[in-house]
Order: sequence, then structure tokens, then C-alpha cells
Amino acid sequence: MTLLTASGIQTIYGSGCSECLNTTGDLAGTNQCPHCGSVVACADADLSVKSGEVLGIVGESGSGKSSLAETLALEHDPEAMTAGEVAYAGYDGNLLDIDYQTRHALRTGDIAFVHQHIRDGLDLDFTGGGNVAEKLLSAGWRSYEDVRERVRELFDATEIPLARMDDPTRTYSGGMQRRVQIARALATDPELVVLDEPTTGLDVSVQARVLDMFRRVQREEDVAAVVVSHDLGVVRLLADRTLVMRHGRIIESGLTDRIMEDPHHEYTQTLINSVI
Amino acid sequence: MTILTVDGLTKTFDMHVLGDTQVVGLDGVSFDVREGEFLAIVGESGSGKSSLLKCLYRTYDPTGGRVVYHDGDRDIDLASCGDRTVMTLRGDAIGYTSQFLDEIPRVPAVDVVARPLVEQGTPTEEARERARELLDALHVPEELWAAYPATFSGGERQRVNLAQALAPKPDLLLLDEPTSALDPETRQAAINLLESYLGAETTVVGVFHNTDVVQTVADRVVVLDDGSLEGIISVNEYDGSLPGVESDSDAPVPKPNGGTN
Repeated sequence: MTLLTASGIQTIYGSGCSECLNTTGDLAGTNQCPHCGSVVACADADLSVKSGEVLGIVGESGSGKSSLAETLALEHDPEAMTAGEVAYAGYDGNLLDIDYQTRHALRTGDIAFVHQHIRDGLDLDFTGGGNVAEKLLSAGWRSYEDVRERVRELFDATEIPLARMDDPTRTYSGGMQRRVQIARALATDPELVVLDEPTTGLDVSVQARVLDMFRRVQREEDVAAVVVSHDLGVVRLLADRTLVMRHGRIIESGLTDRIMEDPHHEYTQTLINSVI
Repeated sequence: MTILTVDGLTKTFDMHVLGDTQVVGLDGVSFDVREGEFLAIVGESGSGKSSLLKCLYRTYDPTGGRVVYHDGDRDIDLASCGDRTVMTLRGDAIGYTSQFLDEIPRVPAVDVVARPLVEQGTPTEEARERARELLDALHVPEELWAAYPATFSGGERQRVNLAQALAPKPDLLLLDEPTSALDPETRQAAINLLESYLGAETTVVGVFHNTDVVQTVADRVVVLDDGSLEGIISVNEYDGSLPGVESDSDAPVPKPNGGTN
């Protein structure tokens, strides 16, 4: 079943003009319009995600991958002009035009987002358990016992020591904070999780633990995911299919192993050959 | 019954990083694979053996030709079908393994082998039991089963890799030199396992470095030369003297196959 379909997704920072799309992108070699100075973070992006499928988005800093992911998670920046259409199974119309209540329902029940910056996703003064519980409460959970039990389950699944549940989140290590974010994202059994740079700021051994934990939980729960990373290793480990972005455009897409071993686009070939 | 029809399969690589050089990997290769057979692919280094397997698995996008997979009443052209069709087939019908284990951090050997079974729905304990049997049959010491393969020797890793490839018994199994790092004794264990574990319901297309493996397990042999099909022979006609097999001492210099031919 197709969960999410996005077409013509476009995010522009600045006033925008009629030349923006013609003067930016892969062939133009820039994402900034020379006429009006606007930055076309992302344009002409089409994609779909099926249930249980993991889609990777790779590209260098500024390629537009986070802008695209934020739009898919309905977290698009209000400072930017966002256009295009996002359709989601079970919901009518374009999700970019929906009302506050529908968005709230989608974001608490169906589409979870794991922010690149931990501070954007968690309240570090809250306890770790509190951060996860807050998601459940906003989804309408009311029984204290049910919430505690669900939080315990999630701490267990995401390998966070239960003994730390009632400590302030700021006292957690970076890897634990990332796992709290993932526990929070998974709390209400969403069908789709969007992760923006899930390994940012973690050292290599912790990266491996977080990725392996996510891969296991993702498969056990059969949750679909969109994983944004500049790290090809992260995408290679998690994603079934991969999109490659550059200068705000998707320049290549395909099965992840095909992208890695038989890259077609000149930039993808350079990217694959740059892995250290 | 034919399970796979390879028809005019062509693969060229456009190497943009090398000033847009075109490299020909496969040049119009055609052959049939019969259901349940063990088909070995031989040829000298650079003749296109791995490229052929990767095109069948769609790790490489074929440039031309057809690869028709006959799945009951359905015919699926693996050279042109959508990515999601490939994903579905990889999930249960078609398996592939290279000579290198694809490392997954922090997963013990027994779970690496059990994983494809679990993903197909086998209960975890049953899958682990099958994994232990396979590791044992390949002489992987029991004390390593719970350890992470990242710390294993090349030969141990390769045996974990082969066990993982065999475990789910896919309908079509593509093997790319899965015994290249094994000593003669463990290679014999691998041969025994290939013969005993896989039944007639699994068709194998495999590249093997060693003549003894080919002569013991294969039914027919596809000979590649410089990206083209040289011929298909019965294993009885195969004497191992073909280039690329056991030819470490007198390996001919691989031909450059750049340009457009």
C-alpha cells in the first residue's frame, strides 16, 4: 500500500521570481537564483513511500534533503514558500493545505519526525520518560499506568536504561538522547517515521548501536521510514531505495545497492568514489 | 522448464569520472537457466562474470536486452521491471551473495545467518536453530556463533556469508565466488552443503574460482570471454583448463575492454 505520495515539492527562501526554477538546479550548478537572490532549497521533487519501506535521501550539505524531509513530515519552515502536493493514505486532499487539527492528528498518529538537532525535538529539562509520555498525552492517552507502561516498553525497545527514565534528559548522553527521540517518534505506532541525519553528533560506536536498534525496531514494527543523511553508510544500512539530491533537485533514484554499485549520474559517481 | 531467459543482455558503464569513457561489461549475452539446475559461470578475470550476476539481481541496471524470470504463470523482465517488483522478488524468490559479507554492526553470526529467515516469517528460535546447523556444517567453531563477524578471519566471514545466502533456500540463488577465501578442507564442507542443503527447488547460478567446486556441483557451465558468451557446455565437457579458473600462475593479461567495440 502506498502511504505517502509527494509531487512537485518546492521550497524557496526569498521573494522568488519567474526565473528561479530555470536558473537553479543540477545543470545550472547552483540553488540560488541570480535574478532575485532567492534560494531554491528544493524543487520538482516527486517520490512515494510504501508501507514498511525505507527510503534514503543523500546529498551534500545544502542539497535540499532536509527541506524535502521537513515538507514530507509537515514540518516545513514557515519562513519559506512551500509548494507542491503531499498525499497520505486515508486522508483527503493536499496535506500542505490541511487545517491545524488534521495536521495534529497526522503528526501524532501517522507521521513521526526525528529532528536533526536534538533540542528541536526534545525538551531537555523534562525527564527522558516525560519526553516520551508527552507524545502519548498529546495523542489522547490519559491513564497514568498505561503511559508509564508504554514508556517502559519503548525504553526497552530502544535500549535506554529504565533506571534513567526519571532523570532530566539533559543528563543523558548524546546517543541516549537520540534514542529518546526515536522512542518518542515510535510511541504512538506511526506508519511512517522521517529521520533527519539520525547519526549527527554521535561517535561511531554509538552510531552503530542507534542504527542497528532503529533497523531492528523498524522491521519488527514494519514501519516505513524516510532517512536523510549525508553519510552513505547510514543509507546503505537502512534504505531499500535511495534518492540523490544536488542543488535542490533529485538527480538520481533507484535501489540502494544499484545507486552504490552502478551510479549513473556524474555527481553520484563522484559521491560514491569519495567515501573514505 | 526454464526459470530464467537471458536474451541479448548488454551492460555498458558511462564513467563520467574518467572523462565520459564507456566501458563495456556485457555485450549481448544470451542463455537459458533450467529450473533446479546448478549453472556455473566461468571466464577469465574481467570477462563479465560478476557483472552478469549483478545484472540478474539488478544491482546493475542492464543497458539492453531482457532477463525474463518465469515465476509460475508470470513472466517478469528483470532488466526493465520497476524497483519495487525487484524488491518483492528479492524478499522471497531471488537471493544473491558476493564473496564478501555485508557487515551489519553488532549482530552476532547466528543472527546474521538467521536474519533472512526471520524476515520471511520464520520464528526467531527456529531460524536460529537452522542458522546453527548451517554454521556447524561449514565448520564455523561454535564459540564464534554468538560473536560479531567483524572480528572474524576472512574465511570465517565468508562461511557466515555463505550460510546466510543458503539459509532461506530462494527459488533462484546467485552466488559470486562465495568460496574464494576457503582452504581445501572447508571448501569441501561448502561443496557438501551446497549439494545436501539445497534441493531441486533451488536453482543456482554461480561464479566459482575453483575447478573442483565447479566440477562437483555444476550441471552446466557458461563460458564468458570479454563480456560475450563463448559457449555453454555440460560439466562433463569442462576440464577446468579454461582461462580464469585456477589460472593464478599463467593468467593471461586481462584485455582492455574500453571503447564501444
